Amino acid sequence: MKMESKDIEILHIIEENGRVSLSTLAKMVDLTEDEVKQILKKLEDKKVILSYSAVIDWSKVYDHEGVTAMIDVKVTPQRGVGFDEVAERIYRFPQVKALYLMSGAYDLSVVIEGKTMQEIARFVSEKLSALDSVISTTTHFQLKKYKHDGVVFEEGEDDQRIVVTP
Amino acid sequence: MKQSVQTNNRLSEAVQRIQPSGIRKFFDLASKMDNIISLGVGEPDFVTPWNVREASISSMERGFTAYTANAGLIELREEISKYLYNRFQTAYDPEHEVLVTVGASEGLDVAVRAIVDPGDEVIVVEPTFVSYAPIVSLAGGIPVSVGTRKEDDFKLTPEQIEAVITDKTKAIMLSFPNNPTGAVMTKEELQAIATVIKKHDLLVLSDEIYAELTYDGEHYSFSRLPDMRERTILISGFSKAFAMTGWRLGFVTGPEDIVRAMLKIHQYTMMCASTLAQHGALEALRNGLDDVNKMVDSYRQRRNFVVKSFAEIGLPCHTPGGAFYAFPSIKETGLSSDDFAEKLLMTERVAVVPGNVFGEGGEGHIRCSYATSMENLEQAVERIGRFIK
Ligand SMILES: Cc1ncc(COP(=O)(O)O)c(C=O)c1O
Repeated sequence: MKMESKDIEILHIIEENGRVSLSTLAKMVDLTEDEVKQILKKLEDKKVILSYSAVIDWSKVYDHEGVTAMIDVKVTPQRGVGFDEVAERIYRFPQVKALYLMSGAYDLSVVIEGKTMQEIARFVSEKLSALDSVISTTTHFQLKKYKHDGVVFEEGEDDQRIVVTP
Repeated sequence: MKQSVQTNNRLSEAVQRIQPSGIRKFFDLASKMDNIISLGVGEPDFVTPWNVREASISSMERGFTAYTANAGLIELREEISKYLYNRFQTAYDPEHEVLVTVGASEGLDVAVRAIVDPGDEVIVVEPTFVSYAPIVSLAGGIPVSVGTRKEDDFKLTPEQIEAVITDKTKAIMLSFPNNPTGAVMTKEELQAIATVIKKHDLLVLSDEIYAELTYDGEHYSFSRLPDMRERTILISGFSKAFAMTGWRLGFVTGPEDIVRAMLKIHQYTMMCASTLAQHGALEALRNGLDDVNKMVDSYRQRRNFVVKSFAEIGLPCHTPGGAFYAFPSIKETGLSSDDFAEKLLMTERVAVVPGNVFGEGGEGHIRCSYATSMENLEQAVERIGRFIK
């Protein structure tokens, strides 16, 4: 899809801060609020903007700590539909947070989130491995999140500047 | 308590003549307070891009801890020369016409000292960066101020310089994009100035440290104008464009005879700029322009936000074409710049810099730096709006 430079500018801004108010956004890109509203609607309709979400450090929320695993999956592609059909069967599961077709040693990379390791183990053995075209799975558990979606966890680069400078 | 005897006699007349910076005064006031939003900061809110920091760390690990050539690492001078040519179409020979300095600040100082004799007059275009007039005085020269006006969008006109030129006038200091007004000048507007400069055979110190931070068109370097290269000293650095203020690294370029003279001063006072910083700067020039572009996009958005928001709350402000300062007029409030800034700080806890510290033409204005987060800017606008109601 070919886009105007203002569209792209807006996308960059809301990718960084989805909560920016319409009036602020309009001033930043030098358009009226109505114009920005229309652009946003167009981008949503065309599924360029898919959702507005927050990056949350769940490890800081008591009792909400979960487990994330990345699973390398080798599959036999199906005649006619290649990898798409098995991919769809996998991404329909709500536990699957992301799914990518990869080049290299395996075919699909599945990102799973669950409450416990057992929950993920059960998903792998009962759901994933049970699919006909799945040949093998290798499960890697994430130990710690340092950076996700461009956001660094923990450390904030605090403003080190003194209050007034020339 | 120790008696202070004859303190006047032990300080040089030159140093006694100059005033401490008005910025300092305001800093002392603001730094004692908590929870303030500062629009008082004349430097980027970005931390130096990681690859530049990493390059400098790595240079330390490899043991680059000795002096460099007085004029700076030759690789860096070559890179500066290429950069200036690619970005602004100004060509300087890296061996004889480029000098790496400790910030643009040192560049300005050596440039003034290289050309000013006691009694020489140097035109300073105000409102301006706070150090120009003092460094002229410290070199024994006489700063002669010309005040640009809001009605001219803070651009300098040829008539204004004609009016102050005498047979003592040696040089003029230009700084566009400007700190604190954000004013920029087009090629045509600069050409009109150049005509006067040529007529009176003046030298030009062109401080182009904000060149990269130009929002509505291309920066035009003064030295590109016909016949101006031979009389222009171009001063710039890494502080603003690459978010490297604390690194203290800048450069000056100009005709060979002047650069040789500046090198003499630099050699006996600084020896050379920091080796670590020079390695960081190399990386900045080689691989840092994408980061500069990202920062510029972000400043442009914030500039748009600030100017429009100020208009909404009734704070008239011309649209600054460069740097990261808005310089709105506060005349309608009936307060002086000093009073406005101080009361705003006390009641709403927003720090801005009173315009009068930047010299003639600055009174009746405040400098608001928009090099701070959008959240801070939104808050600041709200508070200033409440304050002027
Ligand atoms: C116009 C101008 N020139 C020079 C400087 C100093 O730059 P540097 O950090 O390279 O010494 C500044 C810093 O605020 C400035 O605004």
